[in-house]
Amino acid sequence: MRMYSGNPDVPDDVFRDVLIQIRDFVRTRVIPRENEIMSTDEIPADLRAQIADMGLFGFAIPQEWGGLGLDLVQDVELAMELGYTSLSVRSMVGTNNGIAGQVLVDFGSKEQKSRWLPGIASGEIVASFALTEPGAGSNPASLRTTATPDGDGWIINGSKQYITNAPNANLFIVFARVRAQTDKDPGIAVFLVPGEAAGIEVGPHDHKMGQEGSRTADVNFSNVHVGADALVGEDGDAGYRAALTSLARGRIHIAGLAVGTAQRALDESVSYAASATQGGVAIGDFQLVQAMIADMQTGVMAGRALAREAALAYQTGEDRRIAPSVAKLYCTEMVGKVADLAVQVHGGMGYMREVAVERIYRDVRLLRLYEGTSEIQRLIIGAGLVKSAKRKLGS
Amino acid sequence: MKIAVCVKQVPDTWAEKRLRPADSLLDRESAEGVLNELDEYAVEEALKIQEAHGGEVTIVSMGPERAVETIRKALSMGADAGIHIVDDALSGSDALATSAVLAGVLKDRGFDLIIFGSESTDARMSVVPAMVSERLGLPQLTFAQKVDVNGGTITIERQTDYGFDSVEASSPVVVSVVEKINEPRYPSFKGIMAAKKKPLETLSVADAGVAAGSVGTGAAWSVVADFAARPPKAAGTIVNDEGAGGVKIAEFLATNKII
Repeated sequence: MRMYSGNPDVPDDVFRDVLIQIRDFVRTRVIPRENEIMSTDEIPADLRAQIADMGLFGFAIPQEWGGLGLDLVQDVELAMELGYTSLSVRSMVGTNNGIAGQVLVDFGSKEQKSRWLPGIASGEIVASFALTEPGAGSNPASLRTTATPDGDGWIINGSKQYITNAPNANLFIVFARVRAQTDKDPGIAVFLVPGEAAGIEVGPHDHKMGQEGSRTADVNFSNVHVGADALVGEDGDAGYRAALTSLARGRIHIAGLAVGTAQRALDESVSYAASATQGGVAIGDFQLVQAMIADMQTGVMAGRALAREAALAYQTGEDRRIAPSVAKLYCTEMVGKVADLAVQVHGGMGYMREVAVERIYRDVRLLRLYEGTSEIQRLIIGAGLVKSAKRKLGS
Repeated sequence: MKIAVCVKQVPDTWAEKRLRPADSLLDRESAEGVLNELDEYAVEEALKIQEAHGGEVTIVSMGPERAVETIRKALSMGADAGIHIVDDALSGSDALATSAVLAGVLKDRGFDLIIFGSESTDARMSVVPAMVSERLGLPQLTFAQKVDVNGGTITIERQTDYGFDSVEASSPVVVSVVEKINEPRYPSFKGIMAAKKKPLETLSVADAGVAAGSVGTGAAWSVVADFAARPPKAAGTIVNDEGAGGVKIAEFLATNKII
């Protein structure tokens, strides 16, 4: 068993101040503007500027490249705080720190890192993770976007969909097929494509069920030429490994987010139950309401413990495959149930726009879908366990 | 320009605060300690003046051990150094004693500008800036909603009932600011990291040149004689509007001498 010995770059006392700051920021600056974000479908420019100045675009980018350098154990604590308010705010900084940024952190060359990471950490560059396609979502092995050698560079062709932050991306992290898939080799590489490259067409932004303020869109690549320096890693294998690694790390982050949102839904429900009355009695005095609150609290605490445990296992290297999927599966399903109960506790009020739990109910539905649906998580967990048991049997 | 900002750690404004029955002093364990909100405006103003005119910003705070967190918060906003006056003898000090200690620390350090928030959210007396300026023999420019620095001349605008006063003095000078003056910045993560490495001086009452017997509960000129919990909210008056609701409201307001 490997022990976690802390993050030398961000000692506990510094991290404590960072967390206090984020908590304060979320509660005093973001929560009062949740309905504004929802009704305008946009993060206000002044809020974005504050977020950038604070350094939130680079919390998980190493200090060497201008970020704060949180490890995943700390990242998950931060995610719980960010999950407490509109998830679109987290989404704005999520691709830079998470799925897109981490591909560069883990697999980029020194030149690629120094070109892109400082701008990603400061928020001047918005990085977008272009993996999902109409026919290939949670399973990157079946991608159809292609990259073909052209002189000393590559030509990229294909279509991506539901790409977060695409409408204002300066950098696309594009996954593309460089050779046919075989049993041993998925044949996928990953490229750094500047947002202004000729041949990129970003569609109108999608109208979604929730998470207003977060923009997703289709992205088409037609004969987009990039140089040899756009390829991440030395060979095609890196792309597929980068996708899996980045997604696994991101799953634990999402588990943390789900816990944060569940905590908010619970807090809203408890305070509503204590103050709203029916026939002169606080509804929280009714045992059936208490039962709902008890189930919510239990889910939140179980989820929090699991997210922390999974982050530790990831950080020490003990488990980077099963635990992330377990945490994402449980926590995102949990927040779905908690949000549903939160609406139930609120009664008719919970069905009204501008009541926090109504937004949460819609916002969290996405958590069970993106970065691997719940079904994909179950496949990863189940197949992973059976595979390692078979390996032990030598079959 | 050498700027000092005097700050205070206060119990979280929104928390339920309690006094200790034994000595009628604030139970500091009962609420999270935070940087007094108006002092954030003072720190912000100091940083803005520093950005425009150069110099150094020093944070000065008198308070128990954990008040150091408040100094760190101000340092993480961008101030350069901190001075923390911490001493068991200080417990229960009133505004007079506080001003004596602050003045003792501030004098002879060559500050051109000493900035305060205009009041603390716990005691709300608004007297310490004036007392410190009196003890130091410096002009006081209080309740500023705007500060202009022009060489050695400091000019402030102070809101009044009929408009605003423009008050001017030559540095060194004591200024207190109100919340209209600016929008305090949020510390950046880099600021938080840097704050841990900034110089922090820790002084005792003796270091401030003040006799231990002239501070603390024993020397206080103002003491809490008695206190009681706020009575629970009384039930309001409910009036059924049967066409004369407006008249009823007017009568209610008149009875309570509100109109």
